[in-house]
Amino acid sequence: MPHATSPSPEQDAPANVEDSYMTDAPPAPAEDAERTGDTTDSQPLPANGAPPTLESMFDDDDDDGDEFSSSGPTKADESSQEKPQQQQPSKPKYSSPDILRQFYQRLFPFRWLFQWLNHSATPQPDFQNREFAFVLPGGAYIRYQSFMTADLFRKQCVQMTPERFEIGPQYSVNPRDRKQLRKASAFKPIMKELVFDIDMTDYDPIRTCCSGAAICNKCWQFIVMAVKVVDAALREDFGFQHILWVYSGRRGAHAWISDKRAREMDDTKRRALANYLVLTMGNEQGKRTGIKRPLHPHLDRSLKILNPYFQDTVLADQDPWHSPERAEKLLQLLPDKGLTTALQKKWDSTPDRSSNQKWADIDTVAEAGSLTTLSAKQLVDAKQDIRLEYTYPRLDAEVSKKLNHLLKSPFVIHPGTGRVCVPIDTRTLEDFDPLTVPTVTDLLQEIDAWDANHGTMSDEERAKVQDWQKTSLKGYVEYFRGYVAGLLKEESKGSKRGREEEVQEGAESMEF
Amino acid sequence: MLAVTSAPRIDAKKRAVLDARKRQFAKATWETETYPHRLNFYLTPPTGDIALEQFEEWAIARLKVLAELEACQFRNRSPAETEEYMKPVLEKYMRLSSNASRSSEVDAERKRDHYSHWTLRLAFSSTADLRQRFARLEAQLFRLRMQWDDARERRAFIDSLAMSWETVSEEEKAQWRTELKAATRVWADEEESWFKVAWENVPELVERRQCLLKRGVAYVHVREQSTMVVNEFSRQLESGLELAGRFLPRMDEDNRLSPILHHLSQSFVAPDAGYSESSSIGDITIPTAASIDGLSQHFPLCMQNLHRELRKNSHLKHFGRLQYTLFLKGIGLSLEESILFWRKSFKLVADDKFKSEYLYNIRHTYGDVGGDANRRGRGYTPYSCQKLLTEAPPSSGQAHGCPYRTYAPDNLIALLQNVGVTDRPLLQGVREDVGKQRFHIACNRVFEHAHKGDLRKVKEEGLWAASELDTILHPNGYFKRSFLLKNLGRVKAGDLGVDGPGVGRSGEGEKMEM
Repeated sequence: MPHATSPSPEQDAPANVEDSYMTDAPPAPAEDAERTGDTTDSQPLPANGAPPTLESMFDDDDDDGDEFSSSGPTKADESSQEKPQQQQPSKPKYSSPDILRQFYQRLFPFRWLFQWLNHSATPQPDFQNREFAFVLPGGAYIRYQSFMTADLFRKQCVQMTPERFEIGPQYSVNPRDRKQLRKASAFKPIMKELVFDIDMTDYDPIRTCCSGAAICNKCWQFIVMAVKVVDAALREDFGFQHILWVYSGRRGAHAWISDKRAREMDDTKRRALANYLVLTMGNEQGKRTGIKRPLHPHLDRSLKILNPYFQDTVLADQDPWHSPERAEKLLQLLPDKGLTTALQKKWDSTPDRSSNQKWADIDTVAEAGSLTTLSAKQLVDAKQDIRLEYTYPRLDAEVSKKLNHLLKSPFVIHPGTGRVCVPIDTRTLEDFDPLTVPTVTDLLQEIDAWDANHGTMSDEERAKVQDWQKTSLKGYVEYFRGYVAGLLKEESKGSKRGREEEVQEGAESMEF
Repeated sequence: MLAVTSAPRIDAKKRAVLDARKRQFAKATWETETYPHRLNFYLTPPTGDIALEQFEEWAIARLKVLAELEACQFRNRSPAETEEYMKPVLEKYMRLSSNASRSSEVDAERKRDHYSHWTLRLAFSSTADLRQRFARLEAQLFRLRMQWDDARERRAFIDSLAMSWETVSEEEKAQWRTELKAATRVWADEEESWFKVAWENVPELVERRQCLLKRGVAYVHVREQSTMVVNEFSRQLESGLELAGRFLPRMDEDNRLSPILHHLSQSFVAPDAGYSESSSIGDITIPTAASIDGLSQHFPLCMQNLHRELRKNSHLKHFGRLQYTLFLKGIGLSLEESILFWRKSFKLVADDKFKSEYLYNIRHTYGDVGGDANRRGRGYTPYSCQKLLTEAPPSSGQAHGCPYRTYAPDNLIALLQNVGVTDRPLLQGVREDVGKQRFHIACNRVFEHAHKGDLRKVKEEGLWAASELDTILHPNGYFKRSFLLKNLGRVKAGDLGVDGPGVGRSGEGEKMEM
């Protein structure tokens, strides 16, 4: 253990609770009990030790979500590299309970996460009836956890040290009480942020630099493109404002949209919105769903955003059609026999042409008159289609379509890489480098280094500095804090307006 | 709990339509219902008195219409053909004259329409299955009638609905004209008028990118208006049915109506594309993990394709796995054998990975694990053609769905040739069907060709009832028929027939064979 200053967790627990005490959480438990009535009593307090373990035993095997439609654990089968089991033998250090406990105790921004999910500073059902699912270091998956306050949530995290946790919807009743309902159908999801998941695996057919779990700055550009296109559509077409992009910890990004209108969408609307954004590309069976002309304004705008990337990122960096086998793919995408044979001939005679040259060749060869079935206009369309195929976002749309789908929380640690799932500031999207995102072990060392450097500071001053402020997580937490503040401001405006209207109505009815 | 038991029990027969306190002030709608429009959203239940016979008669007439409409769908008639076919049927059973006709019967006709709708609504609200079917057919009927409606009367009807749309002003049109046209695909000769609604009201159009979106507002072309009205109609009806379903148990005491309603819902038995237990071949031979390879020759193309993909890659992606597991369950493969089958098929996957990632899904499909509802329903039912034809098409690496739909025609032909369908005229026919988007006609064509001889024999000897020779609408139905036809000689005579060993029919079958 490199953290000489932090003794065993049991010993420093009180001290840590002290230094990161959350102001939004009720300062005294008594007050909390008063406000929420006796519900807090029935809440299994994780601090007692026994109840959560029991819970986990029960919950684990009767999780009754219909697993074909939703939720993390089954979804993971397509991206098996992310499975913790496989990572554990090689890199167990990131998910050791000690490290996780320190992380949750000292660094995790529970306060703002709480406000973000709660849409208010005082706990309300948005947070209290919300499902959290924990993935424990042993691989156990515990669903339907819920918490009355941010502090209780934090306590349970520190106590159970989940490898990661996922956020689900707000339910009609407290998820922990779902078994007590007389009718199972009364337990239903009612609200969740609209979420998106972009994963690099979906890009494997078109990226050449890496494959599978690997990622480099070259292929990260695909995520950058996707974020730009999706973000633009969400803002301009749907009018959403509170969009949080989060690095998924390895090779993808998530989006969380917190606008009230987005949160309240049902499955039909979610599906509609997801399909609006998804562009079905050709599959291996050769069926191509033609993109209709004129292009829908959304696609037109996307293409405008993507065009520069097609030149730089796709043609230059990825060079996707360099080898003859890969060039075959390009030819398949051109629906004109005369053109493809002419191109094939040209490339056979001069084998070492780059993708950039090959792309230009299409036009020169076409101008030389080898188009047989296509008109010049159709060729332009076909080329547009190819550009879209190589640049347009590839969303894992199933994630977005269901209200009850769980998604990994921001700021948790990716068990494979140890990196923190930090939010991405879209204003400086281009500068975001996934490879420099701090890992949990880095962060803990940074705290120690800071403490060592500031040995002369008085205890009083030292107490003012919270642990996350000593690390490179600071910028990310501050960005998140700012984002959440904006969201809360908007929410309080909405509720204030609602109250004013009530008052007005009240006044009117008084006249009668 | 206490509140429930202490609530006063209301005798269903004596229950007032309105709350007693409000009743004296309510406007009496008794028999004063007027029908200004030919079309009706059926928002208010009828309140007049009718004879019990009328109650039943009117409902039966409407039921006939709905059954015919459903039959059109099963015969795969195109919308134009359906319209053609339904016109005389509607004329006969449920005439609805327009205002312009000045017929003296107008009000009586509309009353019949109104009352029969509400009667059937009661009859079909009992189960989710019936509700869904009824809502689907009623929406179709509504759409048909709206198409036939006189343009002016239709406009009057649409205007009478309280829907929140706003016309796009000329300035806005000028500002966004190109985008509006591109988004809604307006051709040169089409009317250039649009209206605005919140996008949440037109999810279907958003999904297909057929409207322009600006900050959450959808700009929709006027031609979509009728679709929106039909959608609104189904939405209202669906929620109304659910409500009726909830109230139905309280009505059960009524011994005049419930027998009629029960009878009505029972007689609504047009051929259903649903899966029936009898499509397994469990009574003839018990399929095992080892026999799937052999049986796969009887599989429809969608399943053969999955089987081939599975053998080729020793893996199938999630939706393919789901589709195939359900199909295998449908043919009678037991859970144990199914697990064995998948374990052996995924031969590149380590045991613990299989256990952690795949096993649960297989068990869930069979209803062995999962929530209460899943277990009680013994898992999912095998997918029908309709389901396969309507779900999202496979993306790269996936092989689920109906190949007639998901494959490009050339690749489809190649696939068919690979599985041994080589007859040229047949392939040409398939190509044409697929071009016209009649995917399951293509599939049936392949089936009929493969079993030409046996089918003739069955028909000539009258071994199977006509319904058993109808269009195939379910992959499991395809398999069962294919299997039985190829085993006509070998199967014990008594077991012949798609419906399995029927009690009454088995004797007949034996005679035929002898």
